[in-house]
Amino acid sequence: MEDGLILDSAISQNGKKNKPFVQIRGLTKKFGEITAVDNIDLDIYQGELFCLLGGSGCGKSTLLRMLAGFEFPESGTISIDGIDMSQVPAYERPTNMMFQSYALFPHMTVGENIAFGLQQDKISKTEISDRVNDILKLVELEGYIKRRPQQLSGGQMQRVALARALVKKPKLLLLDEPLAALDKKLRKQTQFELANIQEQVGVTFIVVTHDQEEAMTLSSRMAVMDMGKFKQIGTPTEIYEFPESRFVADFIGSANIFEGKVINSKAGHVTVSTDVGELIVNYGQSVSEGKNIWIGIRPEKIHLSKTITKKLDGNHIKGVVEEIGYLGETSIYKVRLENGQIIDVSAPNQSRPMNQARGITWEDVVYLSWEPESAMLLNS
Amino acid sequence: MNAGKHDSFINSIMRRLQENWRTVVIIIPFIWLLMFFLFPFFIVAKISLAEIKIASPPFTKMVDWSDGGIMTVRIVFDNFLYIINDSLYVDTYFNSVKIASTATIISLLLGYPIAYGIVRSGPIAKPILLFMVILPFWTSFLLRVYAWMGLLADQGTINNLLISLGFINEPIRMLYTEFAVYIGIVYTYMPFMILPLYANMEKLDGSLNEAAADLGSKPINTFFKVTLPLTMPGVIAGSLLVFIPATGEYVIPDLLGGGNVQMIGRVLFNEFSRNTDWPVASAVAIAMLFLLVLPIIIFQYYQGKAAEDK
Amino acid sequence: MYGKRSRFLTIMLTIGMAFFYIPMILLVVYSFNYSKLVPVWGGWSTRWYKVLFESEEVWAAVNISLKIALVNATFATILGMLAALSMVRFGKFRGRTLFGGMLVAPLVMPEVITGLSLLVMFITLKQLFGWPENRGFVTITIAHITFSMAYVAVTIQARLTGMGQSLEEAASDLGAKPFKVLTAITIPRLTPALISGWLLAFTLSLDDLVIASFVSGPGANTLPVLIFSRIRLGLRPDINALATIIILVVAVCIAVAALIMFRQQKRDLLDQKLAEQER
Repeated sequence: MEDGLILDSAISQNGKKNKPFVQIRGLTKKFGEITAVDNIDLDIYQGELFCLLGGSGCGKSTLLRMLAGFEFPESGTISIDGIDMSQVPAYERPTNMMFQSYALFPHMTVGENIAFGLQQDKISKTEISDRVNDILKLVELEGYIKRRPQQLSGGQMQRVALARALVKKPKLLLLDEPLAALDKKLRKQTQFELANIQEQVGVTFIVVTHDQEEAMTLSSRMAVMDMGKFKQIGTPTEIYEFPESRFVADFIGSANIFEGKVINSKAGHVTVSTDVGELIVNYGQSVSEGKNIWIGIRPEKIHLSKTITKKLDGNHIKGVVEEIGYLGETSIYKVRLENGQIIDVSAPNQSRPMNQARGITWEDVVYLSWEPESAMLLNS
Repeated sequence: MNAGKHDSFINSIMRRLQENWRTVVIIIPFIWLLMFFLFPFFIVAKISLAEIKIASPPFTKMVDWSDGGIMTVRIVFDNFLYIINDSLYVDTYFNSVKIASTATIISLLLGYPIAYGIVRSGPIAKPILLFMVILPFWTSFLLRVYAWMGLLADQGTINNLLISLGFINEPIRMLYTEFAVYIGIVYTYMPFMILPLYANMEKLDGSLNEAAADLGSKPINTFFKVTLPLTMPGVIAGSLLVFIPATGEYVIPDLLGGGNVQMIGRVLFNEFSRNTDWPVASAVAIAMLFLLVLPIIIFQYYQGKAAEDK
Repeated sequence: MYGKRSRFLTIMLTIGMAFFYIPMILLVVYSFNYSKLVPVWGGWSTRWYKVLFESEEVWAAVNISLKIALVNATFATILGMLAALSMVRFGKFRGRTLFGGMLVAPLVMPEVITGLSLLVMFITLKQLFGWPENRGFVTITIAHITFSMAYVAVTIQARLTGMGQSLEEAASDLGAKPFKVLTAITIPRLTPALISGWLLAFTLSLDDLVIASFVSGPGANTLPVLIFSRIRLGLRPDINALATIIILVVAVCIAVAALIMFRQQKRDLLDQKLAEQER
């Protein structure tokens, strides 16, 4: 049911009514006792930049390695462009991979590294050299063809690895933590470059990452993985604004969470009784009364003031400011509620002498409020 | 008072030592090696240019003062000419190189997959296998050679087994042949081949093989284009560690080759101990050194490079 | 780089290990053979062990070999450590290339050359200074130290480069003078390498035949020299018995060492777990 919803949205986003380009069905992989990938289904469409996001050991890398052909599944199928690939060895697959360590051959020059894949396809020498030059132009490394990997900077090595994987014009490009080895500033810049290149070449990208910001910036669609299963699949906005579970809400960005019981579920509104009072959430479906449920609210969605703002209906909580963290563009306020729970609130620093202007400082009694439509209703 | 003076004397020595201890640390092993490693070679070189004499020591002096204070310098190249003109020595040289290089290649062909197999083993099997390769190294070299005497003899285990199984009627002659020498060298020097190879392969990034496969290269192509070139330092180090000592090997050709396999180390030993012809023995040693100087330099170069890589 | 060992590699490993160990196993089995002809089975017996233990010659050889090995191992470890420190920690100094060369060359130098050159040197020294008067214990020990210190130096050099310099830097940052750093930090951390270097030198000395044959005089037979003189003439069951004892001693020593290492590893693992729980 939920799958259908997401698929529809993806298709409308890409404007394509094609069959899925990559189709994964019932895929399972075990390492001894541990189930790394647990009976998963996934559809990816042509031209997508799809991110697999999760913590270490969640199975995202195993899934990628099965797509590349380095691991073979216990059960289930992977088909790419309509052809079943699950038992095809890596060297016969129409996929190429960019490795986290880049895996550039240290005994070959940049040019030889990039040409290596083409040489396996028995392509004429002139065509190989043309294609190598073209791809070097694309990644802006024209002068570096004779260099060895050891003579390159991290960012340059990353682009050579990308060029080497792209030059074979794969149907599917797999990227394993493509930016993890770069420093923070370079990573931000490269994120956009990578997305640009993907748009230019039009190849379907599947990116594995543990960095949620990277996944949000890069992907057209993403999947959050945990313990070998998908927790949620959707566009970055869908996942950030409408997480389905506590895990996803907490994994992507941060969320303040309240536990409670549903006491009233009307069209569009759900009222939940919690430790801190009754809270109202906008929700499209009806929920059975008496059910245990969680409410999440993101720090930036909370309004902080010293007086109760009557404009908003419901969702007022009283607390005391315990700590203020100045982060530059925003400040984080840690507010202790009467039940002892600490709530994070973030507010932009619009004017410079921030505390005085806003007038909120340590030990102040404050009121937290938010719109019912900002809150998220979460399962388990 | 005296004791105080003594103390200050010791103190000043200690202070000097503290200031110059680095020099002391370097100088002790340096002098030892100069004295007992390098200096002996010069004497051998000197003797190789002398003539045999029935005396003790059995060679002529290079610089002689005995003739009424007139210094005479005698240098003869006879020993080297003798070696070059005697086909026994020349043949022995070539035979040593042939046997050592063949044995090196056999060791490489066997050792490479063994080392690779160890590298590819699981976290429990790996240290055990590695240990099993090193273990024979700690037991006596001589007795490992001796073990093959029992296996290869006419009345030995292999012949007995083959006869009792009915494959042969007459024992095959294996001991005291070149074949036995090959087996002996390969058997005793194999750890020296496997260990540098293992060390080299262990450093290899496994994702390089995957990258090659991902780019469409079949396993055999990947081996020749990626794995082998990257393990060349290990191949060279291992091969030299087998080739150099095997060329000068004495025990193996003597015990397993008997009188039938002539190798240079054995000729040198016999020339020296039986014929007591020290000048010729020295000339043989110097000639052997010339033969091995290039491999030794290559080995040292790689050794230095490996140390820098770390 | 784990996993995915192809069938070919597994077969090669099996063949390799069989090749290594079958000869040694047979050596041990035939030591319990009653028959005087080694490969002809004449029933189980320990008579050759008795023959061996009753031989005064063997005991004398064992005695001298062990003495040489002990002295050699100790001196070679000290000299090897000094040499390794010079090569790894002291930067550039005059003669470093020559020093490094002399340190590696004994590893590959054919034994006959080393043996011959040391012998002629001892004789020259005797002519010039009247020392060493007799060749035997002293000359063999000097010869052994010279080549075993190279092996020790390599072992320690590897450890020194492997362990990096940050602890030394920390110590000198806290005010320790270079000599203090050496004695308080570097040498204690080298202990495992020193022990394995010592054992290596000990084994090398016990194992050496060729060099000892050159530099020993009459009457100073080391164990390998004795064994060699006997097996040159053919197979002898008492040598099988001797081989069995040597293999047994080595196996026990290595098993003990492995056990100690295993315990250490286990303790480290426990510590790690404890640390994780604390967190």
